[in-house]
Amino acid sequence: MKKVNDIFGKELKVLNIGLEQFYEDLKSQDIKAVQMDWRPPAGGDSEAADLLAALLG
Amino acid sequence: MLIKTVIRQGEYYDSVKLMIATKELSEFEGIKEAAILMGTDLNKEVLKRTGLLTPESESAAPEDLIIAISSESQEAIDKALDAVDGLLNKHDSGDDESEYRPKSFDSAMKIMPGLNFCIISVPGKYAKREAMKALKNDMHVLLFSDNVTKEEELELKTYARDNGLLLMGPDCGTAMINNVPLGFANKIRKGNIGLVGAAGTGMQEVMVLVHKLGGGISQAIGTGGRDLSVEIGGITMLQGIEALNEDDDTKVIVVISKPPAEEISDKMLSYIKEKVEKPVVINFIGGDKKKVEAIGKVGATTLEEAAVEAVKLAEASLSSSFNIETDEEIKAIAKREAKLIKPEQKYLRGLYSGGTLCYESMLVLRDYIGDVYSNTPLNNKMKLEDATKTVGNCCIDYGDDQFTVGRAHPMIDTTLREEEFMKEIEKDDVAVIIMDVVIGYGTHKDPAGVFAKRIKQAKQKLEQKGKHVPIICYVCGTDEDPQNWTEQKSKLEEAGAIVVNTNAKASQLAGMIINEL
Repeated sequence: MKKVNDIFGKELKVLNIGLEQFYEDLKSQDIKAVQMDWRPPAGGDSEAADLLAALLG
Repeated sequence: MLIKTVIRQGEYYDSVKLMIATKELSEFEGIKEAAILMGTDLNKEVLKRTGLLTPESESAAPEDLIIAISSESQEAIDKALDAVDGLLNKHDSGDDESEYRPKSFDSAMKIMPGLNFCIISVPGKYAKREAMKALKNDMHVLLFSDNVTKEEELELKTYARDNGLLLMGPDCGTAMINNVPLGFANKIRKGNIGLVGAAGTGMQEVMVLVHKLGGGISQAIGTGGRDLSVEIGGITMLQGIEALNEDDDTKVIVVISKPPAEEISDKMLSYIKEKVEKPVVINFIGGDKKKVEAIGKVGATTLEEAAVEAVKLAEASLSSSFNIETDEEIKAIAKREAKLIKPEQKYLRGLYSGGTLCYESMLVLRDYIGDVYSNTPLNNKMKLEDATKTVGNCCIDYGDDQFTVGRAHPMIDTTLREEEFMKEIEKDDVAVIIMDVVIGYGTHKDPAGVFAKRIKQAKQKLEQKGKHVPIICYVCGTDEDPQNWTEQKSKLEEAGAIVVNTNAKASQLAGMIINEL
């Protein structure tokens, strides 16, 4: 089975969802990072978005 | 007065970005008030308070961006509006603005195959869904968002554990994996001390002191403040201890948390006793040291003590340039300062941005002046009804939830603490002020510069009244941090603050001064 330790010593490749500052900080240290273009789903209605996610699998 | 409102449908920016852009826009010439924010009900309240609410902004939807500006001059408004896009799309990293940003996990994985870590800081009600997607895509997660329910936390953590992944959080402010600082974090030397902690600034303090004492950190795993509750059962902390125990690069393990529920604390200690042969330093801040010693491990009372013990056990070479003040040195400063304080000045005020730093200070102060009032007190009898109205000896955590609704964390936005500091200086019965300044990634670019300016203003006011109030500061950070610890410390010292080398020493000094009065 996969273990937590598997990440130790590996190159981090980071997906940042939310505050862009964290992405900027990683880039400034030459860490591989991607910023997600995230916005609140379906008009801010999280229940509707959950339902949509379930429908889409 | 002219008020201009612009609504941009479906345009989204994060709260920190909006806060910074608002601040910069407010400083434009001729602008009275300015706000750039999402159209939530809470933000509309903000507009109402500042006199910027118009029928247009009132009818904006939560997913719409509102730009609201007031001024006497149409020209000033036009100039400010022209600048908005530039302010919102400024990138510190100097990245090309056209750089592609994926909208889904699938496209993110295509852009960067092998993504193995995800930082999530979206509003709490959306956070669980994103975190679960990240786990299902085989990524470890740092969940910075708060307002995630305990049920959601348990579901995420159970899934993560069953799949060999870490779910650090929710409300996890800091971590360091493979020497990469994540979230609010400092630049720390790589070494052989591994950390697991349920206390954000507590972990930062230990890491920073380990670094300055000549040691280094292998991994630092944050668990989120609720991990050691009975319901969650310490899932992430147990995973963290197990991982560090099996990690060849970790020689010493440090465990930090506010005192957990007793059954969870016993569970942790018995796990460590049975499974961990490596040296372990445990600081259940304010918890029972004897229980730790009974299992043959090292107990620490303060964060400073945890760092010192860890460095000793790790046999790292002690740095000669960094010294923690001795009790005698602190006492000498206390005696010197107390002599300058007038009889009507009686109380200390601690104005904190770091939750664990505030908590540790109250514990240290307890030995000198007893329990102090707080919005996050050690003893519920000392809870302030209204944290904006300080009384007696008092420590306020400005990073607590009540202060961060609709506002960025005080480590990013210094405004609230600046205002409260200036208010405290005006009060006749205030004898001592303590403030923490936390630097590193994710935080304000020059917090000491901001507070140095305020301290200079305060000193002038005090001088006019013929009064002296010692202002004790502690800077949590390293010289490798973007803000540079030595430079930040010098700025505060030049402004007239007393800067000491650990958070515990800052509170000790304040307590001793009050005792001398």
